[in-house]
Amino acid sequence: MAMDIIYGERANPGVEADAAGGGLWLNRADLKHVAGWEYKPQGFCKGEVCVPVPDARKGEFVDAGARYNLAALANLIGQPVVTDAEFNVVCVGEAAAERKRMLTSLDAPDFTLPDLDGKMHSLADYRGKKVFVVSWASW
Amino acid sequence: MPIAIAFDSGGNAATEPWIKAANATYPCLIDRRHIVAELYDMVNVPTAVWIDERGKIVRPSEPAGVTDAFRKMNRTNFSIPADAMNELQAKRKAYQDAIRDWVANGSNSRFALGEAEVLKRMHTPDDAQVRAAANFRLGEYLFENGHAEAAKKYFEEAKRLRPESWNYKRQAWALEDPMKAGGPEFWAAVDSLGDGKYYPGAEDI
Repeated sequence: MAMDIIYGERANPGVEADAAGGGLWLNRADLKHVAGWEYKPQGFCKGEVCVPVPDARKGEFVDAGARYNLAALANLIGQPVVTDAEFNVVCVGEAAAERKRMLTSLDAPDFTLPDLDGKMHSLADYRGKKVFVVSWASW
Repeated sequence: MPIAIAFDSGGNAATEPWIKAANATYPCLIDRRHIVAELYDMVNVPTAVWIDERGKIVRPSEPAGVTDAFRKMNRTNFSIPADAMNELQAKRKAYQDAIRDWVANGSNSRFALGEAEVLKRMHTPDDAQVRAAANFRLGEYLFENGHAEAAKKYFEEAKRLRPESWNYKRQAWALEDPMKAGGPEFWAAVDSLGDGKYYPGAEDI
């Protein structure tokens, strides 16, 4: 069925996926497009990083039709998965360990957001200046 | 360079009057999904983080020149007693002075913290808290796509998993009714803090 998959900061509407049994089975191209992962002999890889899949549990991650279970991979690496079955939306969040790694590196995580006119600004645009990031809200 | 980030799922409609009134010379960005809150582990507003010229965090997320003074507000006429108001203004001035000191003195400013102190003050999220963020994100996505009713249970779950996040509480209330974020539910939640702080960490300039 077509599902909207939120992965990281990006929402991917209408991805063909099978969510039976709490899984999230995608084909190879969608796995790469949605989540950036590629399945290789050494496991799920993103750039230089590979997550090995235990041999005994391979069936939880890969099926005979060359589909890959993104939910199982997320569980393996500590990413939370939240699914809305009514509107077929699933959100794969960031793992606590990854947040910790990013924050404790002290490298300020980059972000890109619009102003009122829709013009996009990235934190990285201001490298070379001191930046005081401050939050507020209308509520 | 200040960058103001509005944690506002209401988008331009919610933020435009405030941004226009501020008439700021610096970027005022709109963060419907509270992405920056997630990246920097922020649970309230106003929360600030200081980033130096190399892109390094020199003060992690902290309340930006505010105190719990508003808790002494008279809830009928919204007045704040003079002593609480003085305390708030002193805190705001001390924080603004700290920023000016950093701008003038850079890494020699005593307010630009060393790595060890940044790490000591920094909070990083646990499993429940990243799960809270994923629930909030899903709720916001449903809301943004016109499914306000369906969004509620995810906002509720985010609030349950991370009760210390006033962003989740007040944003979810505001999406139900703009008055609710500062209404009886808000005050009841503030009162339930007891001796706990609404702005923990505000004392550590």
